[in-house]
Amino acid sequence: MSIDELEDMARRCRVEICRMTHRAQAGHPGGSLSEIDILSALYGRRLRVNPNEPNWTDRDRFILSKGHASPGMYALLAEMGFISHADLESYRVLGGVCQGHVDMKWCPGVDFSAGSLGMGLSFGMGCAIAARIEGSQRNAYVMLGDGELQEGSIWEAAMGAAHHELGNLKVFVDRNRIQNDDFCEVQMRMFDIPAKWSAFGWAVKEIDGHNMSEIVDAIEWMDTITDRPAVVVANTVKGKGVSFMENNPAFHGAAPSDEQLAQALSELGVTA
Amino acid sequence: MTRMAATRDGYGQALLDIADDDRVVVLEADLGKSTKSLHFRKAYPERTVSCGISEQNMLLVGAGLASSGFIPFASTFAIFTERAFEQMRNGVARPNLAVHLCGSHGGTHTGTDGSSAQSIEDLAIYRTLPNVVVMHPCDDVSTRELTKQLPALGGPSYMRTARNKTPVLYDGRESEIQIGKGITLRDGTDVAIIACGVLVSESLAAADALAAEGISASVVDMHTIKPLDGALVDSQAATCGAIVTAEDHSIIGGLGGAVAEHLMSTTPVPLERVGVPDRFGESGQADEMLELMGINARHIVAAAKRAILRKD
Repeated sequence: MSIDELEDMARRCRVEICRMTHRAQAGHPGGSLSEIDILSALYGRRLRVNPNEPNWTDRDRFILSKGHASPGMYALLAEMGFISHADLESYRVLGGVCQGHVDMKWCPGVDFSAGSLGMGLSFGMGCAIAARIEGSQRNAYVMLGDGELQEGSIWEAAMGAAHHELGNLKVFVDRNRIQNDDFCEVQMRMFDIPAKWSAFGWAVKEIDGHNMSEIVDAIEWMDTITDRPAVVVANTVKGKGVSFMENNPAFHGAAPSDEQLAQALSELGVTA
Repeated sequence: MTRMAATRDGYGQALLDIADDDRVVVLEADLGKSTKSLHFRKAYPERTVSCGISEQNMLLVGAGLASSGFIPFASTFAIFTERAFEQMRNGVARPNLAVHLCGSHGGTHTGTDGSSAQSIEDLAIYRTLPNVVVMHPCDDVSTRELTKQLPALGGPSYMRTARNKTPVLYDGRESEIQIGKGITLRDGTDVAIIACGVLVSESLAAADALAAEGISASVVDMHTIKPLDGALVDSQAATCGAIVTAEDHSIIGGLGGAVAEHLMSTTPVPLERVGVPDRFGESGQADEMLELMGINARHIVAAAKRAILRKD
């Protein structure tokens, strides 16, 4: 996919994120909108997966550790053909494939049952070790939130992955600077995040997480790192693409009203 | 003379027994020398993952490996597995990934390390998790046999082993051991003692003492606490009309709790629970701890008599 095509796919996903959370009158639009450019580039350009064989043994793994940002992943899975667009209507609905938090037991294309922060990096480490033991070239990609870095177990895994020199483990930090209750700066300052990863022995790159060219370049850069794990700290805007959600802690976990949905769709180029 | 051995040695031996299955991987959190996974590590370093002193990470590395088709065996002290309880709950049990967790040094029998190392709640908390099989075998032979059956289980498990040596009961009886099936070690008619782990041999000693007083006690080794062998509990209740449970674990929620829950809905008979009262342990020798906690043979005898007195 070209940069233009990736950007348009991300825009379509933003529309679905707003629709899903509006329909459910619950969910997490803010962190879905901040991660979606990265996810679009990853799925559109790099991830070796097969919608017709979601459990293909040698697929790359994608682990959404910030599993509450599930609408973003579901929208991508629909774009890629793992699920149908009609399935998106099952978000948070009893029996639906689109559970509130992404769940490998419920939804094709989901490799990790998320929902509890701080767990995905360790799981990805296990996937990366499995690939190494098997001699497989597959990678494990993990998407972390920035607030999630406050979980101590993240740093257990950061230390472990560097110790084991997991060159097949690739991580994104969605640095949107807002967590559930408030701005990260208020809740728990994390100081120099790239320096922390670097001190733990990782290859680190910092990018603008909404600049599609920078994202694509960063994904290619990750492929050049093979002797240790790599992390891309992506500076993002929570709620990106919908003016009243942007940088607004209220939309971490709140759904748009009817009027807000109409405005959001208008801003995202959907004509009624 | 009875052979003495530690259940943790049975675990370590079993890992070697199943190593031919190249899906088997071992995860350690800096206690492999203690849990006895070290033998596997020496023989199969390429399939052993050192997680450092990071139990939460270890459980989920195991989950990632299991999701990729491997069969991970993770071990640390029972007490430290509890630090990763939510990882076991959300990362292992919920997606039903076949990670096998072994908590060694369980119970007050662990001894002089003191209360911080004496897990008395592990069986109770893991028993609450859907999909998780919970075991506490009594000797090295049964530990080895149960562990060897785990690769075929297809779901997660928790097994408690003990630090100190206990009498070996199953030499030559390996074929009797099966996950989920309690073993009747002695038939009786007046009271049934249902025990697990280090208190199984105490229960046999208690049955001897009771026999000397003309009381016929059966003894069951309930090495699998979940799923509980309810049919065996019912048949013992029907035959004996009174039951004693015995475990080196809190009286809340462990084997005694499981048997009580079961009996309430099937065959309510007098039940006396021998277990660690609602308190923590302290430093002491293993035998001193069993006496202090009121869970050795002498106390099992007393509980059996109480149960019999309560019969109609």
